[in-house]
Amino acid sequence: MNELFDLFLTFARVGGLTFGGGYAMLPMLQQEVVGKRHWATEEEIMDYYAIGQCTPGIIAVNVATFVGYKNRGVLGAIFSTAGMIFPSLIIITIIAAFLQNFAELEIVKHAFAGIRVCVGVLVLNAVQTLWKKGVVDKATMVIALVVFLGMLLLDVSPIFFVIGAGLAGWLVKKAGGAK
Amino acid sequence: MLYLRLFFEFFKTGLFAVGGGLATLPFLFNMAESTGWFTADTIMDMIAVSESTPGPIGVNMATYAGFTTAGVLGTICATVGLVCPSVIVIIFVYKILEKFKGSSLVNNVFYGLRPAVAGLVACAGLQAVYPSLIRLSEISGLTSLLSAIQWEGIILFVALYFLIKKFKKHPIVWIAASAVIGVVFQFAA
Repeated sequence: MNELFDLFLTFARVGGLTFGGGYAMLPMLQQEVVGKRHWATEEEIMDYYAIGQCTPGIIAVNVATFVGYKNRGVLGAIFSTAGMIFPSLIIITIIAAFLQNFAELEIVKHAFAGIRVCVGVLVLNAVQTLWKKGVVDKATMVIALVVFLGMLLLDVSPIFFVIGAGLAGWLVKKAGGAK
Repeated sequence: MLYLRLFFEFFKTGLFAVGGGLATLPFLFNMAESTGWFTADTIMDMIAVSESTPGPIGVNMATYAGFTTAGVLGTICATVGLVCPSVIVIIFVYKILEKFKGSSLVNNVFYGLRPAVAGLVACAGLQAVYPSLIRLSEISGLTSLLSAIQWEGIILFVALYFLIKKFKKHPIVWIAASAVIGVVFQFAA
C-alpha cells in the first residue's frame, strides 16, 4: 500500500513540476524515477518514450503507466497515472474557474519566457544522457542524426521515425551478425 | 448523460491521438464542431493555459475542456476518459515485451530505437526553446539579424547550462529561478 502511495506522490511531483509537455518531463523523470527511486533505468525510460511515441495517448501517461505497472502491477499503473494527472486537475480547474485571462497576464508571460529557456537547458542535459546511452557506434549515430534532422526539416509524424529506427536497428544487427 | 458523453469523447481522443499532447488538437476542434461544448476560440485559450501551467499538455487541455463543459465533475470525466486507453494499451504492450524480453529481435529493435529517442527529444527541445533565443520571423537581412537575436535569452541559456552542470540541484530550483529572472528582466514571450 505504501509503495502505491509513493508512486502516486512521485508522479504527482513529476506532473506538477513539469512545464511544457512530454519531452520536458525527461529531466524530472531522470531525477525522481531513475535517480531517487530506482524504479526504472535510464535505458528503460528511453524504451518507454519510444513506445509511447507510437502507441495511443499522452506520452507522459504512457511512461507513468509503464513504471507503475512494472513495479506494482495494474494498481501501480493506476496510481502512477492518477498521480500524473492530479496536479493538472487542481491547477487547471482553478485557472478555468477564476483566472480566465491567466495566459494573457504580463507576469505569467514573462515568467514563462524565462521558464522556457530553462526547460531548453534541462532538455539539452537530458539529451546528452540519452545520447551517451543510445549512440554506441556509427550506425546508432546515423540513426540519431537522421531522426533529429528529419524531425526538424520534414513535416512527418514521429511515428514513422520510430518505426523506421526500430527497423534499421534490426537490419543493422542482422547484417552485422551474418558477417 | 453529459458526463458519460464527455468520458466517451475523450476516451476516443486518447485512443486515436498518437504521439503526445498536441496530437489531441485536431480531435478537440472536431469535438467543438460536433458537440458545441466549446468554441475554437476557447480551444486557443486552452492551448495557451495548458502550455503555461505544469503538467502534460494533453491532460491540461482535457481538464480545461471538461470544466468548460460540465464543471468539476466534468474535469474528472474528460481526463480519466483521455488516459484510460493509454493505461490499457500500455499494460498489454508491457506484457508482450516481458514475454519477448531478452530475445534478439526485441534487443535489436531497441538498439535502433534508443538513438532515435535521443534525436526526437533533441528536436522537440530545440523547437520549444529557439523562439526565446532568436526570432527567425524578424530576420529579413543582415542588419535585422542582430536585432532578431534575443540576447537575454542566450545569456540565461549559457549561464544555466554551466550552473546546472556545476551545482546538482533539483530541476525545479532552476525553473523557479528562471521564472523570477523572466519577470524581473521582462523577458519577451
